[in-house]
Amino acid sequence: MNPVRRKRLILIGLMVAGVAVAVGFALNAFNQNLMFFYSPSEVVGGKAPVDHPFRLGGLVTTGSVQRMSNGLTTRFAVTDNTQTVTIEYTGILPDLFREGQGIVAHGKLNENGVFVADEVLAKHDENYMPPEVAAALEKSHKEATGQGGTTP
Amino acid sequence: MLRFFHQLASPRHFYRISGKLIPWLALACLVFTLTGVYQGLVVAPTDYQQGDSYRIMFIHVPAAWMSLFIYMVMAAAGVIGLVWHIKLAEIVAISSAHIGASFTFLALITGSIWGKPMWGTWWVWDARLTSELILLFLYLGVIALYNAVEDRRTAARATSILALVGVVNIPIIHYSVEWWNTLHQGPTVTKFDAPSIDLRMLIPLLLMAVAFKIFYAVVLLLRARVEVLQRERNSAWVQELVKEHE
Repeated sequence: MNPVRRKRLILIGLMVAGVAVAVGFALNAFNQNLMFFYSPSEVVGGKAPVDHPFRLGGLVTTGSVQRMSNGLTTRFAVTDNTQTVTIEYTGILPDLFREGQGIVAHGKLNENGVFVADEVLAKHDENYMPPEVAAALEKSHKEATGQGGTTP
Repeated sequence: MLRFFHQLASPRHFYRISGKLIPWLALACLVFTLTGVYQGLVVAPTDYQQGDSYRIMFIHVPAAWMSLFIYMVMAAAGVIGLVWHIKLAEIVAISSAHIGASFTFLALITGSIWGKPMWGTWWVWDARLTSELILLFLYLGVIALYNAVEDRRTAARATSILALVGVVNIPIIHYSVEWWNTLHQGPTVTKFDAPSIDLRMLIPLLLMAVAFKIFYAVVLLLRARVEVLQRERNSAWVQELVKEHE
C-alpha cells in the first residue's frame, strides 16, 4: 500500500477509535439513565428514587394476582427471583399480562412500600414456539420437578 | 480474479455487468419473497403466547437486520472511497443511504404496530428503540449532507466521514438489549446458543432475510447505475450509449 493511502487509512482508524472511546465514556457515565427499569432487588435495596416516579420490571409472581372489589384495580407481586415488590394498578392490563410473565410498570412507591403503577407494559421474551410445544415443555417440566407445577 | 474486481470498479464495466445481473437478482428476490411469505403466513404455526400477531416479525426482523447491514456496507464503501478514491465506492455508499433509511423506517413502524397490542404502547424510550431511531437520523443526515454540497466528490467525502462517525451506533443497537434493561426482548436468532425459535418459524424468517438482502442488491444496482450515468454524462461511453438508444 502506498504511504499516502496508508496514512489516510490510519487517520480513519484513529477517528473511528476516538469516537468509539468518547461514546463509550458517555454511555458509561449515563449508565443509570439508560436503564429502562429498576429490578425489585434494586428497589428493596433503596437504589430506586423515592420521591419521583420510575419504572419497575420483573416477573409476575405465580399466584399473586388479586382483583380488587371495584373490578378495575389489580394487585400483584413482581420478582427477580431474589426480592419481591407488590404493585397496585388501576386500568386495563395488556394482552400478554399473566402470571410468570415479565412486565414493566411505571409509577411511584407509596409509604407502605407498595408500588402504585399508572402504566403496566408487558415485556415479551425471545422465545417463539407453537402452543403444543409450549404445552409439552410445561408437561416435561412438571414431571422433572415431580409436582403440580406451582413453582416457575 | 483481482482483474475482474479492478474492471468492475470502472464505471463503464460496472454499468455493463450490473445491467446483466439485475434481471436474475430480481427473479431470485421474487422467488424468495413468495416462498418466504407463503411459509410465514401459511406453514408457520401460531405462537403459544402471541397467537398470529407475531407474524409481523417476518417483516420487522429482516428489516431491522438490513438497517444495520446496509449501514455497515455504506461505511465500508465510505472507507474504500476515502482511502483509494474509487468513484464506484462513493456511489455505492450514497446509493445505500436511501435504502437503509427506508428499511430503518420499516423496522420502526412494524415494531410500533406490534408493540401496541403486545407491550401495550406504541413507543417507549428504551435503549434499543432509541438507538434504532438515532440510526434513522444518521441515514437522513447522510442524505441531507450529500445533497447540501454542490460538488459530488466533496459531498461523497464529507458523507463518508459522517457515516464513519455513526458506525459507533451499530454495536450499541445490537447489544443494547444485553447491556441495559430494555422493554425490547433479547436476541432470538443471533445469539451464541441455539436459536429459541421453532424451526417452522425460523425458516420463513431466514427466507425473508435472504429476500431482503437480494432486494437491497437489486435496488442498490439500479440506483448506482443512475448515479454512474449522471456523473459520467460527459464521457465518451455514455454519449455512445445515448446515441444507441436514440
